[in-house]
Amino acid sequence: MTVKLGVPSKGRLMEKTFDWFATHGITLARAGSEREYAGAVDGIEGVALVLLSAGEIPRELASGRIHLGVTGSDLVQEKLVQWDQKVEPLAELGFGHADLIVAVPSAWVDVDTLDDLDAAAAAFRQRHGHRLRIATKYHRLVRDYLRTGGVADYRLVDSQGATEGTVANLTAEAVADITSTGETLRANHLKILSEEPVLRSQATLFRSRVADLSEKDRRVLRGLCDRIEV
Amino acid sequence: MKLAARTKAAALGARLIEAGAVPVDPAILQPAETLLDLYGEDIRARAYVTSDPGRGEMMLRPDFTVPVVQMHMARGASPARYTYAGEVFRRQEDHPERESEFLQVGFELFDGRDPAAADAEVFSVLSALLQGYRLRAVTGDIGILMAVVQGIEISDQRRAALMRHLWRPRRFRALLDRFSGKTPVPPSRAALLAQADPMAEIGTVTGLRTRSEIAARVAALQADAAEGPMEQAQLALIDAVLGVRESCEFALQHLRDIAVDLPSLGAAVDRFEARLQALAARGVDVASLEFEASFGRTSMEYYDGFVFGLLSQDRPDLPPLATGGRYDALTQRLGQGRQVPAVGGIVRPDLLLALESGS
Repeated sequence: MTVKLGVPSKGRLMEKTFDWFATHGITLARAGSEREYAGAVDGIEGVALVLLSAGEIPRELASGRIHLGVTGSDLVQEKLVQWDQKVEPLAELGFGHADLIVAVPSAWVDVDTLDDLDAAAAAFRQRHGHRLRIATKYHRLVRDYLRTGGVADYRLVDSQGATEGTVANLTAEAVADITSTGETLRANHLKILSEEPVLRSQATLFRSRVADLSEKDRRVLRGLCDRIEV
Repeated sequence: MKLAARTKAAALGARLIEAGAVPVDPAILQPAETLLDLYGEDIRARAYVTSDPGRGEMMLRPDFTVPVVQMHMARGASPARYTYAGEVFRRQEDHPERESEFLQVGFELFDGRDPAAADAEVFSVLSALLQGYRLRAVTGDIGILMAVVQGIEISDQRRAALMRHLWRPRRFRALLDRFSGKTPVPPSRAALLAQADPMAEIGTVTGLRTRSEIAARVAALQADAAEGPMEQAQLALIDAVLGVRESCEFALQHLRDIAVDLPSLGAAVDRFEARLQALAARGVDVASLEFEASFGRTSMEYYDGFVFGLLSQDRPDLPPLATGGRYDALTQRLGQGRQVPAVGGIVRPDLLLALESGS
């Protein structure tokens, strides 16, 4: 048995994760070619690197197929019901910052709070005969947020990409999406509501609460936690 | 356990048929659109949604009332009594320990001739089914809350907002706090209202919501600001009614006292009194029956009159063994203009078995 560490398989998130572990004296690397999803670990015994898509890491942690995993806290909270019973955040890695926010057309000078959004949604439904549509891929998080905020008369429409474009394309009236700088929103004539975001997310190292650990794995995991100071 | 609950359900159903109800058997798969229109997006967190390539989005029925009302409105003649028994399905995202699939045995009565008698009939028929269990009955009346909001002195705009959120107690309170000035005006709104022409710099308008809709809401905000804070006396009337929580007999006196300052409440209190008489005529001890003005506000939002719950005295941790209420407005929304006053309720056989086995 080994302690399995899941890391995003490509892009900036992978490189930054590798850098973060390197600062703690643990070298992670892809094994072999660019296309191979196996990894090599240097600097600590008994840990295996598994390269996965960031979106799959929450599920792999929750099912116990990996012991540790790096992914965005947004993905963990959206994909896992009662996430805090399935995984434990060990360390926030300080990159991959993104907020999940609700944005409306910047021309909506009358809408700045959830209270406004609710009132606008009620009037919209009366006028157009259907509920105000909010495009997102974070259905659970956004629904909980809007329910807590007392917003009714909206409906979520699924958008797996180019969400900011849905308003101009008339397939949604507002969006709920991840943003880091807000530039794409501004380019699409959208503005963020002046409320706390739905979620503040960053790349986070999680531990699975359900994965089996042998006595040896436990020692490896303790050693790893000491090394990364958590 | 499942089989035992089914047997129990059949026995309860047989007694409802004896009480004059016609058995009906609505489909498990219901068109999602109807339920989404009624409950909004929140229903997705509570019901299972699936899709059918031909029929679109479908839901596993979260309750029987909606399909029974549709069936009655399409082809039923009033008066009518229906009973049903079967599974309902509820997603339990936040409470995985709760059942996501359980049986309900129901009784629904469509009869507009004497609403008080109909309320009392449903209450006593379901209470009789639970005879032998140590029960605590709680009643309420959404009609009284609606009458208060209809009667207080505020603008129609504010009244409509309160009516819309009557079934969301927290949001309702937030609106009252804002209307009464307890919550300060958000800075962004103050800034908007301070502008000579808030529409001057709106820039490019994208999406389906038009410039004129934005202008209409700006005008509404200006009117709301001009209206000023809601009077404390009006707020006190709402709080007085929401705070009524005592035996039905005392509640009636208490509400009569409040109606002195709020005459529009009178008709609703008359209906409450008529119901108490009808309940007493059926042998219910209204002197000890509990009344809570805010009871039933957080349930499914179609109840608009009498509401009740029958709870176990021995197991306060269990959900109510039976619940029910009046839903006149639902029949109108599903009846394409027609309306039939209706009241009904359900019993949960699985909870009765849990009580019997002590588990």
